Amino acid sequence: MIWPTPHGKCTVLCSRTTRVNHFVSQLFTLTVFDPSRSLSLSGHVGFDSLPDQLVNKSTCQGFCFNILCIGETGIGKSTLMDTLFNTNFENFEASHFEPQVKLRAQTYDLQESNVRLRLTVVNTVGFGDQMNKQESYQPVVDYIDRQFESYLQEELKIKRSLHSYHDSRVHACLYFISPTGHSLKSLDLVTMKKLDSKVNIIPVIAKADTISKSELHKFKIKIMSELVSNGVQIYQFPLDDETVAQVNTAMNGLLPFAVVGSTEEVSVGNKMVKARQYPWGVVQVENETHCDFVKLREMLICVNMEDLREQTHTAHYELYRRCKLEEMGFKDTDPESKPVSLQETYEAKRQEFLLELQKREEEMRQMFVQRVKEKESELKDSERELQNRFEQLKRLHADEKAALEEKRRLLEDDQSSFGKRRAAAQLLAAQNLTSNGKKDKDRKK
Amino acid sequence: MAWHTVFPLLPPVLLAMCWPRPSPPSLMMGERSHAGDFSYVGIDAILEQMRRKAMKQGFELNIMVVGQSGLGKSTLMNTLFKSKVSRKSAQPNPEEKIPQTIEIKSISHDIEEKGVRMKLAVIDTPGFGDQINNENCWQPIMKFINDQYEAYLQEEINIDRKKRIPDSRVHCCIYFIPPTGHCLRPLDVEFMRRLSKVVNIVPVIAKADTLTLEERDDFKQTIREELRANGIDVYPQKEFDEDAEDRLINDKIREMIPFAVVGSDQEYQVNGKKILGRKTKWGTIEVENIAHCEFAYLRDLLIRTHMQNIKDITGSIHYEMYRVRRLNESNAGPGLAPGQAPTLVSAHTNGQTKVNGGPPNGMAAQCEVLTHEM
Repeated sequence: MIWPTPHGKCTVLCSRTTRVNHFVSQLFTLTVFDPSRSLSLSGHVGFDSLPDQLVNKSTCQGFCFNILCIGETGIGKSTLMDTLFNTNFENFEASHFEPQVKLRAQTYDLQESNVRLRLTVVNTVGFGDQMNKQESYQPVVDYIDRQFESYLQEELKIKRSLHSYHDSRVHACLYFISPTGHSLKSLDLVTMKKLDSKVNIIPVIAKADTISKSELHKFKIKIMSELVSNGVQIYQFPLDDETVAQVNTAMNGLLPFAVVGSTEEVSVGNKMVKARQYPWGVVQVENETHCDFVKLREMLICVNMEDLREQTHTAHYELYRRCKLEEMGFKDTDPESKPVSLQETYEAKRQEFLLELQKREEEMRQMFVQRVKEKESELKDSERELQNRFEQLKRLHADEKAALEEKRRLLEDDQSSFGKRRAAAQLLAAQNLTSNGKKDKDRKK
Repeated sequence: MAWHTVFPLLPPVLLAMCWPRPSPPSLMMGERSHAGDFSYVGIDAILEQMRRKAMKQGFELNIMVVGQSGLGKSTLMNTLFKSKVSRKSAQPNPEEKIPQTIEIKSISHDIEEKGVRMKLAVIDTPGFGDQINNENCWQPIMKFINDQYEAYLQEEINIDRKKRIPDSRVHCCIYFIPPTGHCLRPLDVEFMRRLSKVVNIVPVIAKADTLTLEERDDFKQTIREELRANGIDVYPQKEFDEDAEDRLINDKIREMIPFAVVGSDQEYQVNGKKILGRKTKWGTIEVENIAHCEFAYLRDLLIRTHMQNIKDITGSIHYEMYRVRRLNESNAGPGLAPGQAPTLVSAHTNGQTKVNGGPPNGMAAQCEVLTHEM
């Protein structure tokens, strides 16, 4: 159906009435008109103030930015941070004898005109100092994952407060390359390869005042080609917005930036500038012909800070979230490729888990019952045995007693017969005596 | 912002809090390339970056209009956005008969002003309050609003999420009160009471040109008292005022609601200027004249000053409340699996109807059985 609009454009409209479902069809019908119509306004409505409203709200809330600095001890990470943000972050020097790589995070509240920034600077302590550097990258990866994890936990909570949550995810990672002038170290390659899918990597060449211009040019080309050939994805400045596309394209070609950091001021001409003073000259930090510091500051802060935050949130964090949830077993579609919501999977898992618990409980109960039975029968057996032995002993005892009785009887019999015989013998003896006396008397007569 | 309470989230590695401030010698807002100002860092350039990003992405706004037929809802929408955004203009043959059931019609428009692109969706509810028995007339509307929240929630808990989740949540609901001059009707009270808990409600007195100024003030007073007596919290809600400044501005607005508006998309010549108005035998009512009606205040509130705030409250308060309720009820009983809820969720962007995937019925039944077993 074609309906001419008053402004002469022809818009094709199709209207589709969709029946909701049989439960609520009595309540209402939903009509969707599509596609969206483009209209032109005949007067000033006023919603062009929307970006201003948005910016005002963000200004009230404040911004968050987190930078991770990876580099060997003494390469100039803290100095560069001080120079970049024009302040003294009070970092103390780290020792070279750390047994393991540690990360030190410090948070600062900065303010410039009416913008408040909550900046977190994370430094690696002891990176590259160990004899065995195989595990050097692990604490860094763990730290980044921990930040993603805590954001994910907050997002998955039931009662959450995302707008007042302090976002600690790492938005930019400055990787400090040693100014050897030859190529990247293998530690650099390994670390960057592990980090490129988790964080926006911006490689910088530290202490760039030790390299001459021609060497620097060759060095940069070598570094970039090594990164490309090893498949390391470093952060590319975005090219989709026309206002900054040109600047960003130019800067993309100048990566990695060769920087010099300094917080000391030296007078050059009639001004005080941040610089490093050598007997042979003065290296000015903010002089674009001396080093790329101004470019780094421009790109990191003035032009692309918002894009860095957005990339972290939409690309790196989403990747982490997807991997983590898939690891836990959640899917978007089930084997029949029907869409399955997170809720259902969660419910299903919960059911599974509860069933599992139940089963295990049953098992344990059964095992307990069985054990009890076994023990009981064991005890019964031993009881019976004891009983038998007791009986046996008793019988033995009775037998012995009977035998003893028998013997006693015999003895008594003997005794009595002996007594009788003794009595008889005594009688006989007495008789004999009397009869002998009589005999004697008889003879005397 | 209670920043001090969120420090435990930072890693347990050595943590030091310092609050040094850079000494800004002469910082000017907005200027960037300073030849002589070497202590300028450039942090405030982020405002510009945000603005650029916002302009590129464009904005979305979804407004719902609710009221009996004949109160001038479509005309007011056309007047607010100075173009034919209402459904009557979108339909080839505008039906004049009152529908039998409440219909919910959603129309999307892409409008642009001074480089700012906006996707405006006007959700109309013809048939509201027009039946003989109007009990439960808020239900379809509540359901629609909750369906939009549901769609957003489903998108948000996907594993593979879109870069920008299309926002079809109703940001603002304009409720039209008929200009009786007495008090709120039971239908109005009931509707506003229920819906003020899920969406930002802006009540307006429709066709205000039938009330004199005294009648209007009395009517407004009565309405405000009735709202207060019934515990109805309309936009701007008192509890969401962030600081004293906000409270001041919002108090002034709260003194004026409900706005008495007159809508018109006809232009007339008055004193040599072409202005929007209604021409009658006894005079011409100028829509944008604050002495005549309060349309200008409504427009300023909705569009020029509080639009972002309205969207924020929808996103961070109403939506979060829905989410909490929804996630809690799924935890409480597996029988309330998402598939039990009616399935249509239609985003009116791109003309795609996304059907909310419910679980196969076997799953839901299984869940039920398990509850009983346990």
